[in-house]
Amino acid sequence: MTSRPTIALGNARVGFRGRIHALCVKGASAGLPEPELERRLIELGFVEGASVELLHQGLFGSDPIAVRVAHTTIALRRREAMAILVNAEASA
Amino acid sequence: MNVASNLAPVVALVGNPNCGKTALFNALTGGRQKVANYPGVTVEKKVGRVVTPAGRAVRIVDLPGTYSLRARSPDEEITRDVVLGKLAGEGAPDLIVCVGDASNLRLALRLALELKKVGRPVVLALNMMDIARKRGIEIDTERLTRELGVPVVQSVAVRRGGTDALLGEIDRLLKNLPATSAADWRVPDASALRGGQHEADRVLRAAVKSSDERDRGTAAADAVLLHPVAGLLILLAILFVMFQAVFAWARPLMEVIQQGFAWLGAGVEVSPLPDLLKSFLKDGLISGVGSVVVFLPQIVILFFFILLLEDLGYMARAAFLMDRIMGGAGLHGRAFIPLLSSFACAIPGIMATRVIDDRRDRLTTILVAPLMTCSARIPVYTLIIGAFIPDRDVWGFIGLQGLVMFGLYAAGIAAALAVSFAIKRLVWHGAPGEPFMLELPDYKLPRLRSLAIGLWTRATIFLKRAGTTILAMMVLIWVLASFPQPPEGATGPAISYSLAAMIGSALQPITEPLGFNWQINVALIPGMAAREVAVGALGTIYAIDGGDVADKIGQAIAGQWSLATALALLAWYVFAPQCASTLAVIRRETGSWKWMWVTFAYMLGLAYVAALATYQIARALGGG
Repeated sequence: MTSRPTIALGNARVGFRGRIHALCVKGASAGLPEPELERRLIELGFVEGASVELLHQGLFGSDPIAVRVAHTTIALRRREAMAILVNAEASA
Repeated sequence: MNVASNLAPVVALVGNPNCGKTALFNALTGGRQKVANYPGVTVEKKVGRVVTPAGRAVRIVDLPGTYSLRARSPDEEITRDVVLGKLAGEGAPDLIVCVGDASNLRLALRLALELKKVGRPVVLALNMMDIARKRGIEIDTERLTRELGVPVVQSVAVRRGGTDALLGEIDRLLKNLPATSAADWRVPDASALRGGQHEADRVLRAAVKSSDERDRGTAAADAVLLHPVAGLLILLAILFVMFQAVFAWARPLMEVIQQGFAWLGAGVEVSPLPDLLKSFLKDGLISGVGSVVVFLPQIVILFFFILLLEDLGYMARAAFLMDRIMGGAGLHGRAFIPLLSSFACAIPGIMATRVIDDRRDRLTTILVAPLMTCSARIPVYTLIIGAFIPDRDVWGFIGLQGLVMFGLYAAGIAAALAVSFAIKRLVWHGAPGEPFMLELPDYKLPRLRSLAIGLWTRATIFLKRAGTTILAMMVLIWVLASFPQPPEGATGPAISYSLAAMIGSALQPITEPLGFNWQINVALIPGMAAREVAVGALGTIYAIDGGDVADKIGQAIAGQWSLATALALLAWYVFAPQCASTLAVIRRETGSWKWMWVTFAYMLGLAYVAALATYQIARALGGG
């Protein structure tokens, strides 16, 4: 989609804007089996092409994070957000 | 038609969490709703009646919010089973209303597409249209109907007439219901879900015009309320106000209730009934049920705050702010509210654990909830502290009595954190917990009507329980404390001849190392009904009557117990599973006797060790 580098949303900073490039649950050390993690992320709207913006983060370990996905705000931990690969938006 | 075709047709409300589904349910049914439990599980079943404009009686079922029919929690399993007609004794609904927040339709559209596969007619209700319009979101309803392949209506749950279009559509669809078509819903895998969301996004682009702007008010509020530091401080301030309210505002009302029951008891006392019946009515029924009902004001005030913060959309933020802090102890961010509620009473707290999806996280929370210092411990703490802790200041400005009280609260919290940490390590073997994933809804002004209905529901559930389970316990305990009757010419208090006293004496060798005498043992037995009943029981045992009972008991025990005994009893009360109704609720909520006994055993063990250590150390230091 773009030549911008792909990073994991779990590594992004507050203010980051971009689009979801892919979900990659392989090797995610989340508290769920990989397919289940993928399904839950999709149910909350994390699908390829959706716009994301990192709005807020917690005090300890900058965790959890609040992410704007299209028209919805979702709170999740950085550990699970590592499975969401995103491209930074050009204008950001 | 479903099996119950002789009954009114059933319309099921399904929607994402926070879509205003419950407000819509309240608007449709008004006060004509019934809350019960689904058989075998503790998920609440909310059914209401409504008569449509065409005069058709319809039963409306409000189902727990979900993002998909793929069930992940007991609540969501109910939604799935009801929608699919799999629940024993319940047919499939005749009609499914998929409720979507008009200002946030993306996930609702995917759910609507999934619901289409169930094989029942589906209507999409665009709820909260007023808010969507205000935010400049334009929805082409006809286009949406065409693209989705299901009828779409607009609704504003909170406005008069706001549900007319929906009721009209329900009428139209019920008039010529198709035969149940074969359900072709299967548990969707990731690619099916992904396909569904892409399709939903396409429909959204075609039929809805909206800016990507966030709701301005929500963005501004979150800048402060979710600020890493300010947000936590504000949360603490809110909690402080909440506690203040639960304890201070409730007091006058509690006194009125107490006086009411005392008046009833006095009425029984002077009645010409036989003595045994009098005792049963007064000591068994009236004081037993009264001692539980007295907490109604606190429970109502607590739930007022919980429902208010929930309706505002703040609860999800509180979970966000607390997640990491709770996570350190192996608790889920969502466990915050149930544990908080447990400071009023563990019963609503344990009931509130239903918001936690993951079974293990939920069990951990249920297991530690009774360690939070509930309000029933306060009378016992107050009595012992008043009798044994000198009323003086330390460091010039902190009351020593208040400090001890604070210490007891802190001990409960520390124990809860330590136990949940241990459970995570020992029982779940450090398996990573349920991920924290939660929608943060836009803030909304709560509606008084919805709040009132919610409070009414909570209050009736509590009173019903006080009238059934708790009443049965009270009767049992009264029997233990009253039989056998004292022999003719007995001089001691009647309870000292009872089964309770026998149990108390039998326990003597076990409780001796804790410094408990037989009177304390006996008082602990009626105290099983509700902790604070132990105070009254001590009064009975030390044969105190009339006047300001608490003051006199204080004097009596100050003369008879050593300081070490008093401190050991306080330590005991921090941990002991001294509440039969809490245990009954744990049994119900976990659906198993096992977890009830696990809770009972570990709390008893902790209580024993804590009281033993306290007594022995206090004696060694000269407090014996």
